[in-house]
Amino acid sequence: MATLNSKIPAGPLEKKWSNYKDHINLVNPANKRKLDIIVVGTGLAGASAAASLGAMGFKVKAFCYQDSPRRAHSIAAQGGINAAKNYQNDGDSVYRLFYDTIKGGDYRAREANVYRLAEVSGAIIDQSVANGVPFAREYGGLLDNRSFGGAQVSRTFYARGQTGQQLLLGAYSAMSRQVNKGNVTLFPREEMLDIVIVDGRARGIVTRNLVTGEINRHSAHAVVLATGGYGNVFYLSTNAMGSNATAIWKAYKRGAFFGNPCMTQIHPTCIPVHGDYQSKLTLMSESLRNDGRIWVPKKKEDAEALRHGKLKPVDIAEADRDYYLERRYPAFGNLVPRDVASRAAKERCDAGFGVGETGLAVFLDFADSIKRLGKSTIEERYGNLFQMYQKIVDEDPYTTPMMIYPAVHYTMGGLWVDYELQSTITGLFVGGEANFSDHGANRLGASALMQGLADGYFVLPYTLQNYLADQINVPRFSTDLPEFADTEKQVREHLDKLMKIQGQHSVDYFHKKLGKIMWENVGMGRNREGLQKAILLIRELRDEFWKDVRVTGELDEMNAELEKAARVADFLELGELMALDALKREESCGGHFREEYQTPEGEALRNDADFMYVAAWEYTGPGKEPILNKEPLVYEAIEVKQRNYK
Amino acid sequence: MNFTLKIWRQKNARSKGRFVTYKISDISPNCSFLEMLDQLNEQLVAKNEEPVAFDHDCREGICGTCSLYVNGHPHGPDAAVTTCQLHMRKFKDGDTIIIEPWRARPFPVIKDLIVDRSAFDEIIQAGGFISVNTGGIPDANAILISKSDADYSMDAAACIGCGACVAACKNASAMLFVSAKVSHLALLPQGKIEAAARVQAMVKKMDDLGFGNCTNTGACEAECPKQISITNIARMNREFLTAKVCTQKKRVMAGGGI
Repeated sequence: MATLNSKIPAGPLEKKWSNYKDHINLVNPANKRKLDIIVVGTGLAGASAAASLGAMGFKVKAFCYQDSPRRAHSIAAQGGINAAKNYQNDGDSVYRLFYDTIKGGDYRAREANVYRLAEVSGAIIDQSVANGVPFAREYGGLLDNRSFGGAQVSRTFYARGQTGQQLLLGAYSAMSRQVNKGNVTLFPREEMLDIVIVDGRARGIVTRNLVTGEINRHSAHAVVLATGGYGNVFYLSTNAMGSNATAIWKAYKRGAFFGNPCMTQIHPTCIPVHGDYQSKLTLMSESLRNDGRIWVPKKKEDAEALRHGKLKPVDIAEADRDYYLERRYPAFGNLVPRDVASRAAKERCDAGFGVGETGLAVFLDFADSIKRLGKSTIEERYGNLFQMYQKIVDEDPYTTPMMIYPAVHYTMGGLWVDYELQSTITGLFVGGEANFSDHGANRLGASALMQGLADGYFVLPYTLQNYLADQINVPRFSTDLPEFADTEKQVREHLDKLMKIQGQHSVDYFHKKLGKIMWENVGMGRNREGLQKAILLIRELRDEFWKDVRVTGELDEMNAELEKAARVADFLELGELMALDALKREESCGGHFREEYQTPEGEALRNDADFMYVAAWEYTGPGKEPILNKEPLVYEAIEVKQRNYK
Repeated sequence: MNFTLKIWRQKNARSKGRFVTYKISDISPNCSFLEMLDQLNEQLVAKNEEPVAFDHDCREGICGTCSLYVNGHPHGPDAAVTTCQLHMRKFKDGDTIIIEPWRARPFPVIKDLIVDRSAFDEIIQAGGFISVNTGGIPDANAILISKSDADYSMDAAACIGCGACVAACKNASAMLFVSAKVSHLALLPQGKIEAAARVQAMVKKMDDLGFGNCTNTGACEAECPKQISITNIARMNREFLTAKVCTQKKRVMAGGGI
């Protein structure tokens, strides 16, 4: 077992980050332009890192599989971004944001990282405004805020229901400016398929040009992965169709440890599944829970009648409605954290009170808010979300409640990183959702945007500089080195093998099957038996995939089937590690709910004595069980308690 | 529901394309347009034929990746949606649906229904930003912005860069796209400082890339999935004219700076 050094700086919590910054090694401006950095992924973390590193004078190569960096899936984030500005004078502070995040993550995140996140949160808002993000404003010209789950203050900044889009366009335009200056070179439609290690350090990547099919080599002094999460292992999720785990999975197989792979977030407010042809699930922003009330009927016969269309939601009298979140959690009500809200919805539906054709839906009702605030206010706040719902479901949420159900949304797990966001491969840094991050076992709403931009704008520019300070005499790398040739050869063999199987079933056939296994056994409720079964089923499916998948087209041309096949091949391995991690974590915490471990009220029951650690999985070779390394979590600044939102 | 699909197939940028007809049946009216194409592709793979290549990613109308000229309309016949948000219930059972890629010289076809829109990125790189580095920024509330300016700016900033405006325009003009970015930044105090230089640089790049002129037909606004208004074009013209007439020449000084 390896010893993990999280490199947390000495000193009191609130001084750690400034102590770190005061003592790092710097690179002078003349040397910066001699150093190359590869950034894979151009979402919030990747684009903001590329823009910031380019502005400092480093030479950055930025890669994305999309046709333009502006299309990375950060663009779809709706509700907002948290920052401890206390503009609302409601008692917010850096400490409170830090505390809410640690508590929201069910005490499974690293204290020092989370504190730093809260500390830089304010600067993200300043930076974004300077970049031209048109955040919502009050009539006096000051910034407006809304509330999100897991907090009792209003600290969420927003740009209508398109906050992720606006923040990403801000970072993208800052990066575009560096392209103009020659500091950033863009490689769109270029997918990373492996990482190249030279003398124990990450020194480059091998990519496939998705237009021509060419396999290319790229070298640099350091590599940053900002490639997002792996929620698409479930097939149906709120992720984009192309979101994938290949970059982080290949890094894992080259020696980067994988942190907490079982920690996935199931978002409570998504449009329910409606058919087996469905390709993705659409999120309805958490911000809707500010003004929407969640309920199901109190009587099973009413639920039954609603399912069969014999009754309409408005026919159910107020006294016959069960506002179950308000009932169970009076202090936080409809704004409990996501894991709690999702499980409560599942509990009601499993008990037979669900609505919708399938019985797997609950109501999110705006009637009271429309009565209180008027339709125009609701329209101003959520207009685009209501329109999106109406287009998909063909019902008007202004007159009938929305129907929602939980869906896979975010992965808290990811590559293990130390305080500097460096993985266990020297010179390989990981930012945003791709790292195991600051969210512990459950992420609070509006914190993903905060973390992505914190990593990219304010953390990586410092930690990479510290790493590169002793690299100034290392000349640019040639991609003719044998390490590059070897890695390219392995990539080619892997793709050739996929092309040559020419079996009976399409890639999607396998992906859908994997998704079903994961959702049923490694989803909202998990138990020992189901997890053991899932591991066996995934192994069987993986064998079948490698015997029977059919990839049409050619290797050396644009080929969407091949892209999907390579991604699904990695999901089929990652899924097993997620199930294994979930099996070994014999406790419930945040989004990881083991049915064997719950309080009499059905809440998650942690086991701090045995499981207060980050699981950092180490790859040991094909077909071999990986090694579980543990980073113990030490809480110095806060008292560890059972989470209580009552 | 059953449909006849006439789809543009083109192996790559160098080869000639043609329409190919496919039949598809048992499609749910609740299915999205792209999910219908997914089902067609599953059938093609089963027959060992090459599936139809089309661009798509978020499938919730925000990333701007999906395109498609459907029955003569960019993003299809429904108003204010992208193709991924278009549902089959908008068609009639038995309809023939014609599916083409964006048609505009600055957007060359890569394969089947996929075009190269990197020209849009080049326009942004020419000036679609505010020249600030990371760090050292004053408090966000130090600049007051009137709510209506912020709202108008947001209206323009909602552009997803899909290129429907160019595809809809008989001149393949990119005026709506460029004016949306110019307006978004020019309406904000932090973007006003270099507004004159920005509009000139972006318009020049747009012209260099071969986008056509605006002849005020309004097709771009009518087809825009995000309902970006052509008043942005008027604003850009004003900004451009003012910039040409009133801008101070850049002062160049020897020494003293870097």
